[in-house]
Amino acid sequence: MSDIQYGRIIKDGLWEQNVVFAQMLALCPLMAVTTSGTNGLGMGLASTAVLVCANVLVSLIRKVVSAQVRIPVFIVLIATLVTIVDLAMNAWLHELYKVLGLFIALIVVNCAILGRSESFAVKNGVAASAVDGLAMGLGFTGALVLLGLVREFLGAGTLFAQASQLLGPSFAFLEVQVPGYGGALLMILPPGAFAALGFLLAGKRIIDRKLAEREATSAEPAAA
Amino acid sequence: MNLDTLRDKLGYQPLLLGIVALLASGALAVVSDATAPAIAAAEAKDLRDSLSDVLPAGLADNDFLKDTVELDRDGKTVTIYRARQGEALKAVLFKVAERGYSGEIQVLMAVDMDGRTLGVRVLKHTETPGLGDKIEIRKDNWVLSFNGKSLLDPTPERWGVKKDNGVFDQFAGATITPRAVVKAVKGGLEFFAAHKAEITGQAA
Repeated sequence: MSDIQYGRIIKDGLWEQNVVFAQMLALCPLMAVTTSGTNGLGMGLASTAVLVCANVLVSLIRKVVSAQVRIPVFIVLIATLVTIVDLAMNAWLHELYKVLGLFIALIVVNCAILGRSESFAVKNGVAASAVDGLAMGLGFTGALVLLGLVREFLGAGTLFAQASQLLGPSFAFLEVQVPGYGGALLMILPPGAFAALGFLLAGKRIIDRKLAEREATSAEPAAA
Repeated sequence: MNLDTLRDKLGYQPLLLGIVALLASGALAVVSDATAPAIAAAEAKDLRDSLSDVLPAGLADNDFLKDTVELDRDGKTVTIYRARQGEALKAVLFKVAERGYSGEIQVLMAVDMDGRTLGVRVLKHTETPGLGDKIEIRKDNWVLSFNGKSLLDPTPERWGVKKDNGVFDQFAGATITPRAVVKAVKGGLEFFAAHKAEITGQAA
């Protein structure tokens, strides 16, 4: 099993195969929660936790599950995990639950989690699946936070509003308010999510093209 | 018997699904059991906190979560929490709801024995962020404008937003939301006036 390229898995998760920017999965929770950077961060971290657990579990039982019934088995596993996270957060992290509670149940319908079970965990070992879940989850979190920040900044003129409710009072320094800017309501509403996501996707394409060009030019002299 | 050949047998698949479902429900039962007391405690604390928000400090010395009476209002049960100082009933707290711009707005209000509002808070709503959400105390002091109001002050026809010739402010770009909250509070006061005897327990 030494031929697993962890660097490759991490790079795929964070950038090349990013859940949102490359695979265009999980757009429903993405649009729903990214009205602020803080919401995006909370949803991203909760999804990451579920993604890692689901990947590990699926990888553990991958030899037992037959191909014909794998999808119901995975769905039951994921739904169980999400419910456990939901109950545990409600009981022991109640303040955080009040901020995020609405979004936790949404994780079940996050097709990215089933997608990773289907396309990665079922074919790979436990360690690789855990790393894949973590990388994909963090990539998703990054996309959520980025889109949340863009929408929040343009829509309300703040950054990381109420971050201290999510992360504790010591993170209050993250909260930024642009003075004298009332915000453009459109960006907070669903159309703003589509517009902002469109520009971010275009941005990723441009960066990818620039990277490819640089690789091509640096490869030429070496070949000559 | 090798796992690969076993896996393709017809009987294997329902068995596998059954085992997975059994394990999942077992795990859920255990977790649900383990978390139930903590969740109940946290929710009771939430309720106590929000009730304490609308009730001026020092007004009550009883555990008003336990001193309740349930009344029927348009087919729905309303739980009324009674705040006392010693034996004297000082205020009652209850929830009212009204349809806003997008869905129901839930409002918690405290009313004193003279039918004046002591405090109003919006518990839950799905109004437009940035426009209608000024009814939240976190965003705006607007809900404080109900404090001290009763059915006599202002008079019933002035119980509305300014656009409807009432006394309460509306928000730029959002009239329906504050109108709904005003209607909810007014309805709550009327409910209290109509059922005062039952609420205070004097009828019984």
